[in-house]
Amino acid sequence: MKIISNNCIAKDTYELILDAREIKEIKAGQFMHLKSGRDDLILRRPISIASYNEEELNLVYKVIGEGTKAMSLFEPGEEVDALGPLGNGFDLLDVEEVLIVGGGMGVAPLYQLAKEFTHKNIRVTSVLGFGSADMAYYIEKFQVLGEVIITTDDGSMGVKGNVGNVIDELKEFDAIYACGPWPLLYYLQMTFDDHPHLYVSLEERMACGIGACYACDTKDKKHRICTDGPVFNIKEVEL
Amino acid sequence: MNQLKVSLPGLELKNPIIPASGCFGFGEEFSKFYDLSILGAIMAKAVTLEERVGNDLPRVAETTSGMLNAIGLKNPGLEVILNEKYPFLAQFDVPIIANVAGATEEEYIEVCKRIHEAPNVKAIELNISCPNVSEGGVAFGTDPTVAKRLTKKVKAVTDLPLYVKLSPNVSSIVEIAKAVEEGGADGITMINTLTGMRIDLHTGKPILANKTGGLSGPAIKPIAIRMIYEVARAVDIPIIGMGGVETVDDVIEMYLAGASAVAVGTANLHNPMICKELIEALPAKLDELGYQSIEHLIDEVKKNS
Repeated sequence: MKIISNNCIAKDTYELILDAREIKEIKAGQFMHLKSGRDDLILRRPISIASYNEEELNLVYKVIGEGTKAMSLFEPGEEVDALGPLGNGFDLLDVEEVLIVGGGMGVAPLYQLAKEFTHKNIRVTSVLGFGSADMAYYIEKFQVLGEVIITTDDGSMGVKGNVGNVIDELKEFDAIYACGPWPLLYYLQMTFDDHPHLYVSLEERMACGIGACYACDTKDKKHRICTDGPVFNIKEVEL
Repeated sequence: MNQLKVSLPGLELKNPIIPASGCFGFGEEFSKFYDLSILGAIMAKAVTLEERVGNDLPRVAETTSGMLNAIGLKNPGLEVILNEKYPFLAQFDVPIIANVAGATEEEYIEVCKRIHEAPNVKAIELNISCPNVSEGGVAFGTDPTVAKRLTKKVKAVTDLPLYVKLSPNVSSIVEIAKAVEEGGADGITMINTLTGMRIDLHTGKPILANKTGGLSGPAIKPIAIRMIYEVARAVDIPIIGMGGVETVDDVIEMYLAGASAVAVGTANLHNPMICKELIEALPAKLDELGYQSIEHLIDEVKKNS
């Protein structure tokens, strides 16, 4: 796929925009499986789709290792070897009010979902957690869609602490959609343990991304994150 | 004339390209990418008597030009595989090579006894080389006496041609190869993965939950080539070569080492179209190198060895 742009949007965080015109079917919460461009790194990298329209596909990734470092050097006009969209994605429930909870890189795949809820006139409250202010991204984009509460671990932006510090204060929601590090998901599981509609997007070290290799099972070994997920009702999986 | 056809014991292949066991599931996922009937054969994912849920996570870690895996022979067990997985593949005109694993001799024998119940299974690949399970697996593939005995016992309970998949994690792979040939194996498939480890710098602990995993990918190709070269000169049964094959040049190199067909493993995991691409690229490569056909290439290699 052709690269339209590849820009740093926060500390170690990049937004990669690809030409989406060849994509036929796509859903919020799916991911793209990208080659890094380095031949000695043979595996693809599963990268969240943050948003899309008929022309453009926006992906957000964090530079963590050699592969994502190579990706950060992608230039507009170059081709990237991309497989996807892969995975099941989020189902949009027909409800009145939803809570969206994202932590770090987990904020990205929730953005398209929040946009689609807003288009359907479903109220969206977003709680977005980051390590610090310099790691925060997409805040204005979410603010256009509804109420946004920010937390940072060091208090450099929003409420100091993690998303749990603010969620306890909120009222009830018809559905909760979340993506982020394990402690965040675990906190939500404990807090909303009898809620029928808590959906989480999971991540795991992945190889093929198409369900053939069984590298990315859920912890209970009952589902493949790449194809049965990455989105699960929390009741279906062990974290 | 089909330039790419290959005859192996019990197997008439339209071409020599076979997806390797463990990297292709039971074909379902790849059938969405291309018509599986184009393949020479399919080495299906390992089957054990009962379901195996696999190892704890993480199960994979990338390495330079390769990857470590410790999936742990995850499979739904013989019944489900006979009733659902192999029958799914029957819609394609392609022979199945059933990869059989076990924790005990009895388990291998029980599975091998019944595997012919799926009519599209045309051969068995005896997996005595999985490094990622605590019992069985590679334990049967590191001692020539044990490997020979198991081969003999399995051969006695099945009419299907028997290929034995060898582990490179031994001091002499030639000894094991000779032992399984003496045990009655119709062919050898090699190599399985090499045992390796990666350690996380921040936790100080191995990345894989299983601690060790099997190294595969281009990183192991020179080892595979060397081992196939040695074994081809020591046994008379054919070898299906595998280990890091990514390109049509790698396929030819496997032949030059002494292989009769070529399996492609890890490459399927990053390029689901790889087997199709290799099959399509092979005729031009044979022409370029002056071979009329795969059979001609095999004859030339034999003549010169």
